[in-house]
Amino acid sequence: MTSAPGYNFAYLDEQTKRMIRRAILKAVAIPGYQVPFGSREMPLPYGWGTGGIQVTAAVIGPEDRLKVIDQGADDTTNAVSIRRFFARTAGVATTERTAAATVIQTRHRIPETPLSEGQILVYQVPIPEPLRWLEPRETETRKMHALADYGAMHVKLYEDIARFGRIATTYDYPVLVNGRYLMRPSPIPKFDNPKMNMNPALQLFGAGREKRIYAVPPYTPVKSLDFEDHPFEIQSWDQACALCGGTDSFLDEVVTDDRGGRIYVCSDTHHCATRRDAVQEAAE
Amino acid sequence: MTMKMAMDTGADALLPGLGDPVIDSQRVFRAVLDAMARPGTLHELPQAVAGSVGAPAPFEAATAAVVLALADQETPVWLDPSADCAAVRQHLRFHCGCPLTGNAAAAVFAVVADPGAMPPLSAFDQGSDEFPDRSTTVIVQVPALTGGAPLELAGPGIRDRVRFAPGGLPAGFRRWVADNHAGFPRGVDLILTSGARLAALPRSTRLEG
Repeated sequence: MTSAPGYNFAYLDEQTKRMIRRAILKAVAIPGYQVPFGSREMPLPYGWGTGGIQVTAAVIGPEDRLKVIDQGADDTTNAVSIRRFFARTAGVATTERTAAATVIQTRHRIPETPLSEGQILVYQVPIPEPLRWLEPRETETRKMHALADYGAMHVKLYEDIARFGRIATTYDYPVLVNGRYLMRPSPIPKFDNPKMNMNPALQLFGAGREKRIYAVPPYTPVKSLDFEDHPFEIQSWDQACALCGGTDSFLDEVVTDDRGGRIYVCSDTHHCATRRDAVQEAAE
Repeated sequence: MTMKMAMDTGADALLPGLGDPVIDSQRVFRAVLDAMARPGTLHELPQAVAGSVGAPAPFEAATAAVVLALADQETPVWLDPSADCAAVRQHLRFHCGCPLTGNAAAAVFAVVADPGAMPPLSAFDQGSDEFPDRSTTVIVQVPALTGGAPLELAGPGIRDRVRFAPGGLPAGFRRWVADNHAGFPRGVDLILTSGARLAALPRSTRLEG
């Protein structure tokens, strides 16, 4: 374990880490409630995962193994940069294997491989407040959370049904945590929402610009809002992944030429590679 | 006695803090985080931390380590009468730089070293409906984390149920924990310590049976 000289372990100073750690503990004790914290300026712009990075920096230790994904991929710019950031400033081991990681920082996906007890999933969150587009005033949304007054969100989903015949929200789909707090799951596709429910891993959420931390402890009920006659549904595809042939994972559409050619591939690159390896092994 | 008096006032009486403040704080925090995320389960401080952290009487290793890892100049700390002695005050002032308060309802952290005589949980800061996070975290040092009156726990962090039986707590403790949960989202969160071990009872945990 060697970290870059001149930096404290995991970049942040100790007082900042303590402040973030206290916020994380309160977030875990009040599942789904957004704890304000003193977000620091990080060496990358807001919107690139500053909240997630600060949570990871406060949590991670020399014994950890870090995986970072961006839209499910281990090899995109954001994921590579953040992984390298912690390899440099904390000297921690990194991995692309979901099952081998103790801490997984994610932007906008939950890995397809089921998580296990002891793992920590850190989400990068752009807008933490689920009621923000319905009520712009923080003083009001805070009161709505205090009173568990979430009728406005149900009206919004109902208006979707009235206009489109179905709930049109496909990502960042609002959930109710442990039957109490309305929570924004960060812009994960609603395909991933069921994975949050009763997940054995600890889920932590960090919003850097908005200065909020929230959490879902392991084995906590997380319910996607819906109506009896319009139950919550996840996306499905007619296509299979063009690389691994899988039909049960979240697929990205990739345009391959300028004549309308397109393929669908797994968004979770590690999941896809593992399945390709397994298919290849079986063929040999 | 004269020896003890001399140690209380002498500069050489100051015990060491965490052996490696950066890494040890992280390890202690992870133990507390794990405990808070899985209420009622027992967690052990890493041996390196438990062996090196200075614990002024009546503090034991886990109590001292948790306070040193989490408290600082931003967090007023309340000490129960048994912990409120010169050695502890000096230790916390030097290593944490935390303000000490005599007002339990104004404390971010409270430390109870004599659980039999502890005040009810309602004596601490409960937070508000708008800011339930602004409540006291109460660290209760108990004689043992097993073998006491069993509590059957359920709620976030617990798959089915967990049996937790900390010893040395007052008769009203069960009632206090139930009331603390009933006030959710307001309420305090408990970290119970004993020797080098710890467990947690966040306000989200409910009692069964």
